[in-house]
Amino acid sequence: MNYFEKDLTTLHDDLVAKRITVTDLVKATFDNIATTDPDLKAFLALNKDAALKKAAEMDEKGIDADNVLAGIPMAIKDNIVTNGLTTTAASKMLENFVPIYDATVVKTLNSKGIINVGKTNMDEFAMGGSTENSAFHDTKNAWDYTRVPGGSSGGSAAAVASGEVIAALGSDTGGSIRQPASFNGIVGMKPTYGRISRWGLIAFASSLDEIGPMTRTVKDNAILLSAIAGHDDHDLTTSTKEVPDFAADLNAQTSVKGMKIGLPKEFLGEGVDQDVKDAILAAADKYRELGATVDEVSLPHNKYGVAAYYIIASSEASSNLQRFDGIRYGHRSKDVKNLEDVYVNSRTEGFGDEVKRRIMLGTFSLSAGFYDAYFKKAAQVRTLIINDFQAVLKDHDFIMGPVAPTPAFKIGEEISDPMTMYMNDILTIPVNLAGLPGMSIPAGFAKGMPVGMQLIGRPFDEATLYKAGYVFEQATDFHKQTPKQGGNN
Amino acid sequence: MNFKTTIGLEVHVELKTNSKIFSPSPVEFGDDPNANTNVIDWGYPGVLPTTNKGVVKSGIMAALALHAQVEPHTHFDRKNYFYPDNPKAYQITQADKPIAHDGWIEIEVDGEKKRVGIAEMHIEEDAGKNTHERDYSYVDLNRQGTPLIEIVSKPEIASPDEAYAYLEALRQRIQFTGISDVKMEEGSMRVDVNISIRPEGQKEYGTKTELKNLNSFNYVRKGLAFEEQRQQRVLMSGGQIQQETRRFDENTGQTILMRVKEGSDDYRYFPEPDLPALNISDEWINEIGSEMPEMPGSRRQRYVNELGLTDYDAMVVTQTKEMADFFDETVKLGADPKSAANYLQGDVNAFLNEQHADLQDTQLTPANLAGMINLITDGTISSKMAKKVFKAITQGKEPKAFVEEKGLVQLSDPAKLQPIIDSVLADNQQSIDDFNNGKDRAVGYLVGQIMKQTHGKANPQVVNKLLIASLKK
Repeated sequence: MNYFEKDLTTLHDDLVAKRITVTDLVKATFDNIATTDPDLKAFLALNKDAALKKAAEMDEKGIDADNVLAGIPMAIKDNIVTNGLTTTAASKMLENFVPIYDATVVKTLNSKGIINVGKTNMDEFAMGGSTENSAFHDTKNAWDYTRVPGGSSGGSAAAVASGEVIAALGSDTGGSIRQPASFNGIVGMKPTYGRISRWGLIAFASSLDEIGPMTRTVKDNAILLSAIAGHDDHDLTTSTKEVPDFAADLNAQTSVKGMKIGLPKEFLGEGVDQDVKDAILAAADKYRELGATVDEVSLPHNKYGVAAYYIIASSEASSNLQRFDGIRYGHRSKDVKNLEDVYVNSRTEGFGDEVKRRIMLGTFSLSAGFYDAYFKKAAQVRTLIINDFQAVLKDHDFIMGPVAPTPAFKIGEEISDPMTMYMNDILTIPVNLAGLPGMSIPAGFAKGMPVGMQLIGRPFDEATLYKAGYVFEQATDFHKQTPKQGGNN
Repeated sequence: MNFKTTIGLEVHVELKTNSKIFSPSPVEFGDDPNANTNVIDWGYPGVLPTTNKGVVKSGIMAALALHAQVEPHTHFDRKNYFYPDNPKAYQITQADKPIAHDGWIEIEVDGEKKRVGIAEMHIEEDAGKNTHERDYSYVDLNRQGTPLIEIVSKPEIASPDEAYAYLEALRQRIQFTGISDVKMEEGSMRVDVNISIRPEGQKEYGTKTELKNLNSFNYVRKGLAFEEQRQQRVLMSGGQIQQETRRFDENTGQTILMRVKEGSDDYRYFPEPDLPALNISDEWINEIGSEMPEMPGSRRQRYVNELGLTDYDAMVVTQTKEMADFFDETVKLGADPKSAANYLQGDVNAFLNEQHADLQDTQLTPANLAGMINLITDGTISSKMAKKVFKAITQGKEPKAFVEEKGLVQLSDPAKLQPIIDSVLADNQQSIDDFNNGKDRAVGYLVGQIMKQTHGKANPQVVNKLLIASLKK
């Protein structure tokens, strides 16, 4: 079976009514993965034994009718640590690394009865936009196996889009949830910075990283965010703001009437595919039709986002990734004569090219004599970008635009051209720099491949994005289309 | 040619908090390697630091004790470098906005008072420890994350003696806040030293050298004195000072070249993104200020002015906060201040040295010391008996009960003493003759005999008075 016909609510009803047991569900999920994943390759590790054991326990105990997540199989991106289950961040550096603790999000989901099916593929340490930087294997786009699933949460996106699981966790530092969601025609939310604990998320860029849910529907996404959001004593950058029940407001009465939407002209500029522009303009018309106003706005400093991002993110990464030194855990080179060899050879052997590129870029940006020209300047640009968003969101409920300039590209097409690859993130990066919530929802197709629309909101106002996303979803049928088995669409 | 010396001191003070600065692991020493560590201390993938608020409070207390300005908006930075005892490969410290700046402490050298400026002080985490045995190296992370305050002096210390006085004053003030044990021998206070000299009249500072392995204040003074002389000899003979690190040799009292510094290390400091900025309110600073223990200087003044101690006595009993608190408590319980001060700097200090113990770790209490002093003052026991009583109170015994139990009560009643005196005199006609012939020594002999008869319990003052009276009859 796959999850194309069900959402969290209907699946929960089936479990409560005992039309299906958790064990049946988990078995069927692994059966489907066994059929699909040898070609799709969304997973790096499966958690079959523990999943079946937990399923049996839940069946024994019975499903709590008030807990919509009880017994639901889900996948976790492999940079989120799972106690006792290999967590590699798709790096050779952590090839056999088995954590001894659970990330806060994992602990929370486990306690709510989620069944962890396995760990999904990604770009190494979340650095990349195609999942081709995984040290282990490529993952395919669920709609076309010759194309990339996007990245870095490509495994999670492909697993959800192909119906292997109903939901997955991703992480987003510069677009890593939204872009693969867009490429695979699913819903991906990067919440406000500080909304979800990063405790247990293997750090890429600490001031930008955010965990988020990836699902087939807006409502499922809203249910999951409410479950995992909130303050955590382990992460002082988490907010103490109350977490709403986001899904509670998504129903037949939900409307965008009277909402003011900003469409930045820079988001439809040069480099954005005509098909993508058309889909977004059509979506704007749809919103007008639904009673909202959409007007053109400007984010003038957006164009500096990519440059600022690659300095800030790489600088933080260069520091965050220093702990992988071959001393306490992870890969240690066998070819060593002294301490320096342990460091140099372990890291040379353990990290892939893209990770090395960013470590070098970040190390350079922080170096004495260059700090002011690079890191400090980038931090100032970041402030300008925040100000741009603030100005627009002061009198707009949210901002809409594309997620990525193009639909999914071919595997191998851009991997040797880092600049083109980096420019793919031009529309998602500014949202991370500003710490705002951003969501990708299906908004059309371009030559058979999904095109996502990005909704960007005020800080901690994911609720508006869910409402607007839900209304759009109910008024369209893009989310109802599913890829064919084997990705031959 | 005359030279001016400039000394810079960077003092690391280890804070006495229950848990580490960024993790809940206990701060404890002497346990098995890595016993007091958790995933945060290991720099495990996915972990995040959380700031121990007690460390920030200690930082504010240190700032107040050193008359420094607390920075209301401060943050942590990362200092990046690879080393096995540094598990994240960065130290969380404070670089561009330390918690406090521009303080001072007063020192006194050869009767002259001087204020030495403190440039800044910041809070940071300590590293672990590497040990090497045969072909292996071992990493113990128990110390990793222990909170430290680094206090950086302004270049205003002009001699090794001033450096010594600065360290003494700094140690004492920090000790009085109670935030640290500040013991060099236990590593809870560590000193990095640099020194440069320049010809009188030259504006620019000379090239400085750094000194390592200075494990006591005395070694700091000795090492600096040697280095001052060495630099002078080099310059006088037309040479140049290199920027270098030198090691102090405790056996020879000399400094030995370790390495020449070329350029400076690049630690790629940047703001720690995992921790929010620290906003320190005036209210909090005031609240901490109102709870600050009285500093040693003002205590000394109080002891001299209100209790009549000499400057010297006041200085000795304010060496540590524990001693001063003990003194206050003893006096409060009615003991004569002068006697209390004498006992603390005499018998008590000797006892502590013999036991290698700190006052607070012994069974000695202010109540028992006061009790003993009061027994002496009211004549119940002699100062000679007090030796026995002192030993007893170091073992936690109550003095009055001990005196009664051992029958140590002094015999002061003339009606009881006179018959004993009479009988001793009757047996020692020779001594009476000697006395009458002007030999005062005879009195001593006779007192000795009386003391013997009374098993040492006779009150010597009373015996003396009665004996002289009898002899003169």
